[in-house]
Amino acid sequence: MAKQLRIVPEKCTGCIQCELACSFVQTGTFQPARSLIRVHLFDDQASYAPYTCFQCDEAWCLTACPVNAITISPVGAKAVIDDLCVGCGLCTIACPYGTIWYNPDTHKAIKCDLCAGEPACAIACPTAAIEYAEAPAADWLGPWAEDLNKTYSEMQTASVAHGGAQ
Amino acid sequence: MIGGWTGTVLRVNLTRGTIKKEPLREDWARDYVGGRGLGTRYAWEEIDPTVDPFSPKNKLLFVTGPLTGTNASCGARYMVVTKGALTGAITTSNSGGHWGPELKFAGYDMLIVDGRATQPCYLWIHNDEVELRDATHLWGKGVWETEETLRKETGVPDTIVASIGPAGENLVRFAAILNDLHRAAGRSGVGAVMGSKLLKAIAVRGTGGVRLADPRGFMAASWAMKAKLKESAVTAEGLPVYGTAVLVNVINEHGAMPTRNHLETVFEKAEDMSGETLTDTRLVANKACFACTIACGRVTMLPGEASNKFSVSTSPRNWKIAGEGPEYENAWAMGADCGIGDLDALIKAGWLCNDLGMDPITYGATLAAAMEMYEKEIISNSVTGMPLRFGSAEALLAMAEQTAQRRGFGNLLAEGSKRLTARFGHPEFFMGVRGQEFPAYDARAVQGMGLGYATSNRGACHLKAYTVSPEILGIPKKMDPHTHEGKAEITKIFQDITCAVDATGLCLFLTFGVGLEEMLPQLVAATGTPYTMETLTQVGERIWNLERLWNERAGLGKGSDVLPKRLLEEPVPSGPAKGLVSKLPQMLPEYYQLRGWTPEGEVTAEKRHELGLP
Repeated sequence: MAKQLRIVPEKCTGCIQCELACSFVQTGTFQPARSLIRVHLFDDQASYAPYTCFQCDEAWCLTACPVNAITISPVGAKAVIDDLCVGCGLCTIACPYGTIWYNPDTHKAIKCDLCAGEPACAIACPTAAIEYAEAPAADWLGPWAEDLNKTYSEMQTASVAHGGAQ
Repeated sequence: MIGGWTGTVLRVNLTRGTIKKEPLREDWARDYVGGRGLGTRYAWEEIDPTVDPFSPKNKLLFVTGPLTGTNASCGARYMVVTKGALTGAITTSNSGGHWGPELKFAGYDMLIVDGRATQPCYLWIHNDEVELRDATHLWGKGVWETEETLRKETGVPDTIVASIGPAGENLVRFAAILNDLHRAAGRSGVGAVMGSKLLKAIAVRGTGGVRLADPRGFMAASWAMKAKLKESAVTAEGLPVYGTAVLVNVINEHGAMPTRNHLETVFEKAEDMSGETLTDTRLVANKACFACTIACGRVTMLPGEASNKFSVSTSPRNWKIAGEGPEYENAWAMGADCGIGDLDALIKAGWLCNDLGMDPITYGATLAAAMEMYEKEIISNSVTGMPLRFGSAEALLAMAEQTAQRRGFGNLLAEGSKRLTARFGHPEFFMGVRGQEFPAYDARAVQGMGLGYATSNRGACHLKAYTVSPEILGIPKKMDPHTHEGKAEITKIFQDITCAVDATGLCLFLTFGVGLEEMLPQLVAATGTPYTMETLTQVGERIWNLERLWNERAGLGKGSDVLPKRLLEEPVPSGPAKGLVSKLPQMLPEYYQLRGWTPEGEVTAEKRHELGLP
């Protein structure tokens, strides 16, 4: 079983040590704007959620790439091969999670490659909200999306029952 | 350029509407490190100490440190330096959250605001693009709504906002500057100075990075410090689990919790407002500032009925969601000092202070002084408009709004307790130093704190020489809190070291878990400047003396290191500290001597020369 980034938002305190660690790997400086993992601070709900590529099985980025510049690395990460990437940006459109970006400095696609098996974000996280652990290819957005879907259809049903949206 | 800095200072003149960028004075950055030190050096050069705090000539400095914006644990701080509206002294109020780092990411080490606008405005800093924008539509709005509105208005969701609430606009003398909803440069009235300039907010978004002199060395040093923090009982457990209010029971059990305007030092309802009770009943989550691995922030929620118990008119929609706090200091000031043990009232009053943008310590302590005058029938309903009995949670909530709006009796509370008590002919009920109210430790029960308060350059403050650490918590080693012996020395050391920490951009709370020597390697690797413990401590001493000199020029020199009569002459009536008064008169001469000052407490020419002061 391959190791994955396992994210537990309940443990996150919003300190963004993961963003700082990731940006340090990318740029050698501390530059959260260049981090490939982002912490979303939902202050209203007291909820902080780190968010990055979870190396999904479908790999839309890989499928969409016209020049086969995205490969599966030895640790199971979908990784961009800079020498092949032509910077067309198709992968950034294909990814349903929005976790592959176009880097304006290098004119290449850029995404999480699990730091070749030693992910800096997981190492930096002080509360183990991000762990690098053996797990089935996690679809950690699944339950959340399902919940949301349910709420949405309930709302629609309720709205129909009340004679349409007001 | 020294590592850790961007090398650029942003200068905004509100009178002329000009925005300029200029190089950072690297020599000052080296000699004063940054933050509190660098800001004080600029203030020495640029702010006339005799000027009125509300004059357009007073300047407002927002200063980061070399470690602000790095991944050093707690490298989140920015320092606001100005002439304090409450004190008339130099003030250095700092705040965490994400604003300081964001300013650096936008490309600026510090921001200097000068002059006064002709109408409400806000500053929008988006990397290189900086502009002053109209804020008429924001005037009168609370901090929380201001942040939300500005994020929409700039169209950049990641915008970080520092702003003032109605309290700052109305020149409440203890108004604060808030960022990230609940983080505050809280004391001495920095928000009132911002209000006097008609500057509502500073919205920042930066996408740049912080470059260090020795990145690899820095990473190793920063990991070492984080590991240390994980080993300390305070930074690994006490603060993240219970927050700063973990101190409520500890301080109360030592009989050191000022109660009912310092009439007593043990509060009978302390348990009700303790960190333990807060965690068990009202805590939703703990929250970290930028890069903080401690995460002491308290996200709290008032469920259903508790939320409706006290009706307030301010931003009613906000009271349904989670807010933050109370911290130990505001739980004490609005709680024990006013005789109020109702945790829900304290939570709500804390949120209210954040949204209205004012310092809950001075607000609570000022209300406590008013309550004492009310109980002693010096003032009555005809002045106050409502009963101000000790223990009245209704008064606490109602007066918070009136104070921020300067309505009714709130207009007098808004002046702080020194001016309030003097107005009614009873200055002896003012519990503070240099016009600023005491924080939550009684100077009779913790002798070192008394000396620290009396000599604190920004007025009474718990953040300038926290001798509670050795005297009560036993960090780094235990001292007897009831004796004055050895306190002059420890106070001087703590003052100097605190100055140094405040200059780095790190949070003072680190010192619960690590010493300055553990922070030092990060600073050296980040800046590339070979500081040693000796030179860094001297930086601290340099900062302390420069602040003192600035105050001397402001007319707050000789004879101003005093405590109220109550602490010097009225013994503690009960509890573990029963019978004690502050031994300040015995400590001061020794302190002046250790500082190398004159017997009257003036900085000597030799000291200035030794420290390389201007």
